[in-house]
Amino acid sequence: MALRPEQRTRAENRAASLQAPNTSVVAALAQHQSAAVDSLQRLLHEPLGTMMASLVIGIALALPLALLLFLQNLQSLGSGLEQHNNISVFMAEREPTALLRVQKMLSNHKAVKKVTYTTPDQALQEFQAKSGFGEALATLDQNPLPPVFDVQPASENAAEVATLVSYLQGLPGVDAVQADIQWMQRLNAIVAVAQQLALLLALLLGIGVILVIGNTVRLAIANRSAEIVVVKLVGGTDAYVARPFLYTGFWYGVGGGLAALVLVELFLWGMSGPLARLLASYDTHFTMNGPGLSGGFAVLLLAGALGWVGALVSVLRHLRAIEPR
Amino acid sequence: MIKFDDVSKRYPSGQEALSHVSFQIDDGELAFVTGHSGAGKSTLLKLIMQMELPSSGQMFVNGQNLSRLTRSQLPYYRRSIGLVFQDHQLLFDRTVYDNVALPLQIAGYEPREAARRVRAALDKVGLLQKEAQKPLELSTGEQQRVGIARAVVNKPALLLADEPTGNLDPELAAEIMGLFEQFSQVGVSVLIASHDHNLIARMHHRMLRLEQGRLIGDGSKGGSH
Repeated sequence: MALRPEQRTRAENRAASLQAPNTSVVAALAQHQSAAVDSLQRLLHEPLGTMMASLVIGIALALPLALLLFLQNLQSLGSGLEQHNNISVFMAEREPTALLRVQKMLSNHKAVKKVTYTTPDQALQEFQAKSGFGEALATLDQNPLPPVFDVQPASENAAEVATLVSYLQGLPGVDAVQADIQWMQRLNAIVAVAQQLALLLALLLGIGVILVIGNTVRLAIANRSAEIVVVKLVGGTDAYVARPFLYTGFWYGVGGGLAALVLVELFLWGMSGPLARLLASYDTHFTMNGPGLSGGFAVLLLAGALGWVGALVSVLRHLRAIEPR
Repeated sequence: MIKFDDVSKRYPSGQEALSHVSFQIDDGELAFVTGHSGAGKSTLLKLIMQMELPSSGQMFVNGQNLSRLTRSQLPYYRRSIGLVFQDHQLLFDRTVYDNVALPLQIAGYEPREAARRVRAALDKVGLLQKEAQKPLELSTGEQQRVGIARAVVNKPALLLADEPTGNLDPELAAEIMGLFEQFSQVGVSVLIASHDHNLIARMHHRMLRLEQGRLIGDGSKGGSH
């Protein structure tokens, strides 16, 4: 039977309305809000299970987070040590005017950032005060310490520092030149390696978190399959059906992020005492810094995003399979 | 409202659930689909709901050619149909109100407009005072009426019911059927699958009789196609 013209227009109107849902922004937001609140309430309704799952996720997140924080602190320690990154120039020359001339040459050199001159007397006093050999030194007839220039290079570049070192060695009246730059470079290299390692670890454990949350959400989907069928039959779109589960994953992620932050704070608290004592023996003042407010917020957001992705993986795999039959 | 044109459904097992069925149901018409269990009543409703796809033939519902329906259009198509199940399929973890509000929430109604419609639907089935209760606190007949309220809350143009009185005693069954008659009187097309011959015979409506997947009788025309 062919449709009459007026019927056809009505039919076409109806067909068109199938493609254009009359969902307003307010209503869409209300749907999101109710999905978010509902999924959170469901999780809080089973506090023990939710806490266990969050803790598993939290441990997986805490490991790389703690490592990265530790390295960040180590790096800031390294930059604090830059002043130790100096070249010591020990002089054979002891004649004050000659030394003054050398000091001028050094200060005017463009590869030099700063020059500090330590006279033998100053060095002796410092040595007596710090080393505890004061009495032994007092028995000496004359000061055995040479005049020293502490040269801070303008650049940290190894090649430029090496050039500067050889220039310093060629200066008149120089006895020996000692550059302490190598261990700094080594420290930086070690930190870089460890950082790469931490990032790889974070990547692996991040995938682990996605899988854990995916599996948890899969169980939630299986538990609510009867409800999903009803929702699909009364016209729920795939997005509507998926939404509460995506929020469930998000909340699991945020819960895991919270657990991770608590664990990291505990880790820092436990480590800071021994570390401070260790570094104090190197005459270095050191405090471990936590992730801070913005860092903590970033961790929560990232963990929530991981949870969302984990839920999405699960939803894409399992939700389509649940169809009314 | 509904038009079946030589529709057949064969399952992968080889069983032919519907074979060459053609009929048409007009806007606002109330009709029954009858037959023994296994005659194809459920399959017919499932085809209309697009829970199953036909093996051959064409179907039109509400002016929509169902063979052209895409997966993304399917939810919007289903919103234009109210479906009543034999076992009512209510969600037991939420109140009567929330069960009835579900289609509106899905369709994205403003909460205030949704509340107005939910109360109107509950009033229609006589359960306005029970909106805060959980389905399990209600009698079977009341649960079925909640299912009907949910089916009509969206003001669908077509109402389908699969054995809606299957679990009810005769008095409640007649009451439920009376509700369906009221909906058809306000312009809703109603198609009810039922094997309750005594009840249907008393109601004097059109009857599509299925037997082994074939349409063997159409009460309004007094014979088979």
